[in-house]
Amino acid sequence: MTVAWYLVVSALIFCVGAAGVLVRRSPLVILLCLELMLNAGNLALIAFSRMTGTGDGQIFAIIVMVVAACEVVVGLGIIVALYRRRLPIDVDQLRRLQG
Amino acid sequence: MSPTTWAWICLALPLAGCLFNAFVGRHLPGERTAGWIGTLAIGLSFVAAVGAFIALMGHSPDDRTFTSTAWDYADSVGVNAKLTILIDPLSVYMMLVVSGVSALIHLYSCVYVWKDRGFVRYFAYLNFFVFSMLLLVMAGNFVPLIIGWAFVGAASYMLISFWFRRTTATRAGIKAFVINVIGDVGLVLGTYFIVFRGSGSLDFLDTFKHVQAAFPPNDGDLVAGCILLLVGAFAKSAQVPLHTWLPDAMEGPTPVSALIHAATMVTAGVYLIARMHPLFEDATAAADVGTVVGCATLVIAATIALSQTDIKRVIAYSTMSQIGYMIMAVSASAYAAGMFHLFTHAFFKALLFMAAGSIIGAMGGEQSLDKMGGFRRALPFTFACFLAGGLALSAFPLFSGYFSKDDILALIGGEGGWHWILYVLGYLGAFVTALYTFRMIFRAFLGPECKEARELRETGHIAHHEHPFNPETYEEEDTDVGFPGPGHYIAEQQWPMKVAMSTLAIGAIFGGLIQVPFVDDLVNVYLRPDFVNDPTYEKVINDPSNGLLIFGLILSAVIAIGGIGLAYVIWVRRPSIAVAFRERFRPLYELSFHKWWFDELNDAVFVRPGATVGRWASNVFERVVIDGLVNGTVSVVRAGSSVVRGAQDGFLRVYAALLLLGLALVALWFLLQST
Amino acid sequence: MEDVLFFIAAIGAVVGAIGVIALRNPFYSVLALVSHLLSLALLFLLLEAQFVAAAQIVVYAGAVMVLYVFVVSYVGGQGEPLASVGPGLGGVGLVLCIGLFVELSIAILGSGLHAIDTDGAKLGPGFGTPGQIGQLLLTKFLFPFEIASFLLLVAAVGAVVLARRRRGIDAPDEPLPPRDRLELTAAEVMRIPRAGSQAESIGLGQEEKEEQGGW
Repeated sequence: MTVAWYLVVSALIFCVGAAGVLVRRSPLVILLCLELMLNAGNLALIAFSRMTGTGDGQIFAIIVMVVAACEVVVGLGIIVALYRRRLPIDVDQLRRLQG
Repeated sequence: MSPTTWAWICLALPLAGCLFNAFVGRHLPGERTAGWIGTLAIGLSFVAAVGAFIALMGHSPDDRTFTSTAWDYADSVGVNAKLTILIDPLSVYMMLVVSGVSALIHLYSCVYVWKDRGFVRYFAYLNFFVFSMLLLVMAGNFVPLIIGWAFVGAASYMLISFWFRRTTATRAGIKAFVINVIGDVGLVLGTYFIVFRGSGSLDFLDTFKHVQAAFPPNDGDLVAGCILLLVGAFAKSAQVPLHTWLPDAMEGPTPVSALIHAATMVTAGVYLIARMHPLFEDATAAADVGTVVGCATLVIAATIALSQTDIKRVIAYSTMSQIGYMIMAVSASAYAAGMFHLFTHAFFKALLFMAAGSIIGAMGGEQSLDKMGGFRRALPFTFACFLAGGLALSAFPLFSGYFSKDDILALIGGEGGWHWILYVLGYLGAFVTALYTFRMIFRAFLGPECKEARELRETGHIAHHEHPFNPETYEEEDTDVGFPGPGHYIAEQQWPMKVAMSTLAIGAIFGGLIQVPFVDDLVNVYLRPDFVNDPTYEKVINDPSNGLLIFGLILSAVIAIGGIGLAYVIWVRRPSIAVAFRERFRPLYELSFHKWWFDELNDAVFVRPGATVGRWASNVFERVVIDGLVNGTVSVVRAGSSVVRGAQDGFLRVYAALLLLGLALVALWFLLQST
Repeated sequence: MEDVLFFIAAIGAVVGAIGVIALRNPFYSVLALVSHLLSLALLFLLLEAQFVAAAQIVVYAGAVMVLYVFVVSYVGGQGEPLASVGPGLGGVGLVLCIGLFVELSIAILGSGLHAIDTDGAKLGPGFGTPGQIGQLLLTKFLFPFEIASFLLLVAAVGAVVLARRRRGIDAPDEPLPPRDRLELTAAEVMRIPRAGSQAESIGLGQEEKEEQGGW
């Protein structure tokens, strides 16, 4: 399969993840959709790395994974804090901006 | 010194007096120092005017025109405006009249407004008026003329509403000012037509030189310009139909009425026409308009004066009538006669007003003839002054008014043609003048004594009412700032009033002797350099029509004596005749008493529609259109901002959606770019 | 063979992704994501990126997803109520994303980059091996490597700070309002009890003066 196929799959997963962010209301699931989008990006990176024949894309993908991990950690920490405070785990109800 | 130097001094002194009184007058020691200073300023101004006169006479008659420029106002866009004064016999004549009579009136005022809280303000205003009037008569081009014209209007307004807490006074001031502004507009538009469509120069001498070249006779532009100048003249000189302000202007203090509304400001229109005579010679249609209006005014005003009961208003309508004579004269090219009448009128009218002030003081502020009577023995000096002024006004033989009025009518008759109607109406007006003048004098001084007169004669005290009141509406007032002061003064007890009135009486009695027919004609000769190119003037000088003149002299005498006699019969012998006449000819009486309904006409045609338009503008246009636009803009902005605000509502998913939308659009942009 | 594997992996990835967004219970969503990650690892293998594939399974599916599972079980996997109090972006969101996909596809397939129509460049011997990855990390990409580790440290510390309790294990911090429709400020969410809010720390909010405890 040519590289283009992988790129199309990546675009598809990205769009599915974006749709999920827009549609779902639980922050947990929104974070999962963010993971989807990040993975789509990873797939594109690896595909391009294969296309050019250098390893740069793969390094980038690893770094992206690191960032994704950190982000998940912090996001889940927030959700845990929310739960502790007995607040609704619903992005539409958590909307009062500071100030 | 040259005439122009004297003239600048004459002009500067009243201004200095005004500024001095305005800034420092309040802090001067003594009760009336500001008054003396004001009088001194005008007195010295008169001395300077005499100096200018002597200096002028020192030159030969062909060389009596001098100009002097103080500075350039502007010199651009085809307009060259300078502050120039023009000193020739006509302007020096006016300077003498204005400063002389003003000085006497200032002297009189030192007593009249003695205890008034606005004493200093009064003299500042009065000096300002004299300065403006002098600027007007000395103007060498249209710019200082218009400036002086506007300033005298402003001074008139300030002085009419001098007692500013009186509603009637402030209303009268506004009325005077509005009508004066109409005149100002006429003057400025007239200047436009004459200068900018014709001569191209604002200067008088240039304009006069070029008028024959610039305009064919009776050219549309020139006639339009002259008629507009006439509008200005009529407004300032209270001719029909712009006359309604003058009787109301009697709300001002009596010396103000004497100065502004008898001797000087109202004569500005006469001066204007005389000054612009080359233009009027060329635009005979406009001159005819002036003649007709002057004649109409003199008849209308005389009939109204016959039924008025307020003594000051009788004299005011008399002023209107006499100025009608003057306007008629100068419009019909009888310039010297008109100016001569201006001179004599200044004396006897100011005298009449001053005497009226004295008797009003004796009445404790009351002005109605119905309440006066029998003051002959209580106020002998005032009575004598009234007689002197009244006889002069009625053109009684050998008094000043006799010669001046006769001069005018003889020259009008001499023109021939349709001027005969004016001649007849002029004599009719003279008859009515004698009638109403002596009606006033007999009612006030002869007959049974009223209680104020008895008290004054017996005890020497002036009657005082319990509380001050408005002589028009009898509303109660007080004597604080904005209302007249508590003092009432009569000439018999106050020397400044006596001195001023005596001087004017001498002028009223003997002033006519400078131009007695067949004996001397000083005015004609003196003013000749001004009117050198005028055909009528030459005719008058060289060949007065003797027959008409003698006939006129006799007719005037007969009419004057007849009128006085009739007034005596009606108002002294048998007052019931007056009442019967009033009942029998009720419509005529009503016409006269309601002042020919001019006020009501103005109200219906101008004031009410104007007020309706104003109300509509304020309630409908302002609220709906302007506020609607402004508020509409505000609500559009508010609506827009509330829409935009929706993007900041805190919904996370909306933010994400907007982000993705932006991403999609950017990608689309690049996609389209690359194709 | 390769094509078959590609299609299996691709379909698995897409199905997993759709499962993440479509399943109501978040637990099931996590499981769908795990399957998606495994499919993705297969795709990476097909692209000769062995190390990354292994890292994907071990790190992502193994560690990160396990973390997710812990949190989901702690928080509780209650499904979302269907009624939404906020803007109903469902339809709009789908349309937008379909549009985005179309646009991206056009961009990819219509791009002038001819190399994507090929199978890729000729690969050197150690492409994708851990050796090459390690070499690149320690030479060309040393700086991002160090930054990434620093980032991990920050995240770890942050997680501890966010989720810790102050007082006791089972006592509630303070009486809280009941858990239902409630509007919150982010400050309240982030507040560390009795340590002052951000507003108080900068001088606003004078209500709770007695709570002076720092931490």
